Amino acid sequence: MTDTLLRVDNLTVSFPTRTGVFEAVRDISFSLGRERLGIVGESGSGKSMTGRSILRLIQKPGLIDAKQISLHGENLLEFSEKDMRKVRGHRISMIMQDPKFSLNPVMKIGDQITEGYRLHKKISKAEARTASLEMLDAVLIRDPERVYNAYPHEMSGGMGQRIMIAMMLIPGPEILIADEPTSALDVTVQKEVLEIMDRLVRERGMGLIFISHDLQLVSAFCDRILIMYGGRIVETCRADRLQDATHPYTRGLLNSMPQLAYPRPHLEVLARDDAWRDQPSVSGHLEASDVP
Amino acid sequence: MNYGIDLKDVSVWFGEGSERVDAVRHASFTVPEGGSFGLVGESGSGKSTILKAITGLAENWQGSITILGNQLGKTRSNQFYKSVQMVFQDPYASLHPRYTVDQVLSESLSLNTFDNIDQRIVAALDDVGLGQSFRFRYPHQLSGGQRQRVAIARALVLEPSILLLDEPTSALDVSVQAEILNLLTDLRQEHDLTYLMVSHDLAVVGHMCSNVGVMNSGEIVEILSIEDLRERKTNHPYTRQLLEASV
Repeated sequence: MTDTLLRVDNLTVSFPTRTGVFEAVRDISFSLGRERLGIVGESGSGKSMTGRSILRLIQKPGLIDAKQISLHGENLLEFSEKDMRKVRGHRISMIMQDPKFSLNPVMKIGDQITEGYRLHKKISKAEARTASLEMLDAVLIRDPERVYNAYPHEMSGGMGQRIMIAMMLIPGPEILIADEPTSALDVTVQKEVLEIMDRLVRERGMGLIFISHDLQLVSAFCDRILIMYGGRIVETCRADRLQDATHPYTRGLLNSMPQLAYPRPHLEVLARDDAWRDQPSVSGHLEASDVP
Repeated sequence: MNYGIDLKDVSVWFGEGSERVDAVRHASFTVPEGGSFGLVGESGSGKSTILKAITGLAENWQGSITILGNQLGKTRSNQFYKSVQMVFQDPYASLHPRYTVDQVLSESLSLNTFDNIDQRIVAALDDVGLGQSFRFRYPHQLSGGQRQRVAIARALVLEPSILLLDEPTSALDVSVQAEILNLLTDLRQEHDLTYLMVSHDLAVVGHMCSNVGVMNSGEIVEILSIEDLRERKTNHPYTRQLLEASV
């Protein structure tokens, strides 16, 4: 778990606006081993921007600035756009929030799965088909043949997200970035999808970056957590020690959640402190003490 | 006891013939006046459809719906809309983008022939914790939490006695959710409101309501008190499944 797959140093993502430069991510550093790393924060905290900037998917006029974003020691920032296309999907893939908007509505599911796969691997159509059917089976889709020939609108949300997982994992990437992969799903389906993703990531020894707004979910599912606020990492902790988190923002988030087991007449309201914005970012690098 | 909301054997369907979908089948429950009742279930289980049937947004229904002692027919009277108001899920979609807060509030007031519109708007904004400085803003100048406060103010200006809440906080961050839930708790006490709340989040319903109806594929499979839910005293496998998944 301690060998570093990905190392990000001093990442800043900025957007020039009419009223000055807006920094969505401000000088954060973290690394990812063969582990499940959760990035948690509220909307606007910069968590999605962090995920996207790893794949250099920030659109102009947005700017990525970092000392390094390196995958196995190779700095992705120095890659050409053409080389970057070989990284995306092949070595690092990404699952977005809503399968309804990520799948092409007028293309059969099988064709979508094999399209990316055949771009990265020189194989025949028949081989790609066999591999896709196996992958659909691996994400527990009961009737892979039928799904292979179906269109996205024929699928439920949970099925759609499983198809996305299959599509992203089939080229065998080392790192999977999942940006709110289950927020659009019902709780019971959510659990099922997470279990599938967890099993596949573990079996393949991949690194997972799990971006979510849901503290409880992340603490139950990940190994390590980065908590982001205002574009900075304000706290990092082992997922099983989230209850011992000390930063007032993390504590405030934990306390503002209603809990079935602990009824109270009023929920605690998070009192934001401007000082949180100005504190320097905490390092999110993997430490020996992070390994349970 | 007087019931604020009394549903008996209510079924709701969409479409006709082979296209017909039975969204809600034989739902019955009661909410006492001043009480709060939650409906939980997954998407497509019919929980929002029940709210739509009550407000008249879903036209095809049968059974009996009684609101504050008046049985509802095909149409809804003006009096009905004065006593029953709804807050929708997505504050980004439920406010007119080209209406200021003032226009949103004064339109529903003048439609329902209220007087002293100016004073009522001032009072409603104070009630939901938005200052007067928000009165002439457009929705795009407000955050998600502020928009939901406006949506609640819009429902409250008509002085209803029943509020139908359709996932009022699911589009909001947890810290903002806490503020809105606290606001709803306070308003219910101040105005003696009856709440019927729909949510997929057991913890939110557990915080707000005293009784819960669990819905699955159009049917209310179980009605239980929050205390029973908390102690997992359930008789239905689906409720157990929901409880396990939501931890």
